[in-house]
Amino acid sequence: MYGWIFRHLPGPLWLRIFTSLVLIAGALVLMVQFLFPWMSDLTQFTDSTIGAASQP
Amino acid sequence: MVVQERARRAAVRPARERPGRGILRGTVQVVGELLITAGIVLLLFVGWQLWWTNVESDARQSAVIKEFAQELGNAAPEPSAAEPAAPAEPVDYGDPVVGTAPGQAGTIGIMYIPRFSNNYTRPIVQGTTGDVLDTLGLGHYANTAMPGAVGNFAVAGHRQTHGAVLDNIHTLVPGDKIYVQTKDGYYIYVFRNNQIVMPSRTDVLEPVPTRPGVTPTESYLTMTSCNPRFGAEERIIAYALLDSWRPASAGPPAEIAAQVAAAVGGG
Repeated sequence: MYGWIFRHLPGPLWLRIFTSLVLIAGALVLMVQFLFPWMSDLTQFTDSTIGAASQP
Repeated sequence: MVVQERARRAAVRPARERPGRGILRGTVQVVGELLITAGIVLLLFVGWQLWWTNVESDARQSAVIKEFAQELGNAAPEPSAAEPAAPAEPVDYGDPVVGTAPGQAGTIGIMYIPRFSNNYTRPIVQGTTGDVLDTLGLGHYANTAMPGAVGNFAVAGHRQTHGAVLDNIHTLVPGDKIYVQTKDGYYIYVFRNNQIVMPSRTDVLEPVPTRPGVTPTESYLTMTSCNPRFGAEERIIAYALLDSWRPASAGPPAEIAAQVAAAVGGG
């Protein structure tokens, strides 16, 4: 899959390596911004409140 | 030579394989790569939760303290640092002034706990929703009393991750001072005891902790956090009692004067 993507990137090798790094960085940003906070909400490993504290 | 040989074999191989096997191999390879990706994402998640959230929250909480310091500076010019040189006799400043609660996510003040660290300064923010606790610091249970009021001033904080504001809550020793600074002054609480309870024990937030229906005569501080340190099966509770109070005009208590100066500047 990743090999297929790499082969289908346009440009010479150095450009394809650069594009891959940009794609990986983009995926990381998406994970930190959206995926991880969402996963953190699903798990309750870090809840430190008492009772139904999500009320204002 | 070797290259030619390899190229010839590569050209021959697809013809010899049945077409179904190519699809199977491709599928297995994609599934394998996806599984490896999922594993890496989970490891990254653990790293994010245990390390990156602390970096983010520490920066955000410093910013909140700076904003609060600016508000303090605008509200009343603090007296010069020369004043705390006065004899450190306990002076009775009368009943503590009780501030009004700010709106959700508004800053109430700063908490200093020298037992945790000499530069332990964490903002206390209104509300105990995820957005407050995950970035802003200690969350004040909005339905409990404000600092200094007769009753229970209750706050929650993360034991691990998101700044780990109450990581060392188990190291408090009876008699330890816990200082709360608001725009009105300094409230000095004395730690009494820890208790480990189940998360459903809302009675620890009662005006007299764990005694529903009893009318309070004293000012309590109750802090709640996760227990055990990397889990959330239980809650660890720290109870403290209000010992004394100083108006903002009297300057910070001598014991934490340096920390206050470092946190809010000037006075």
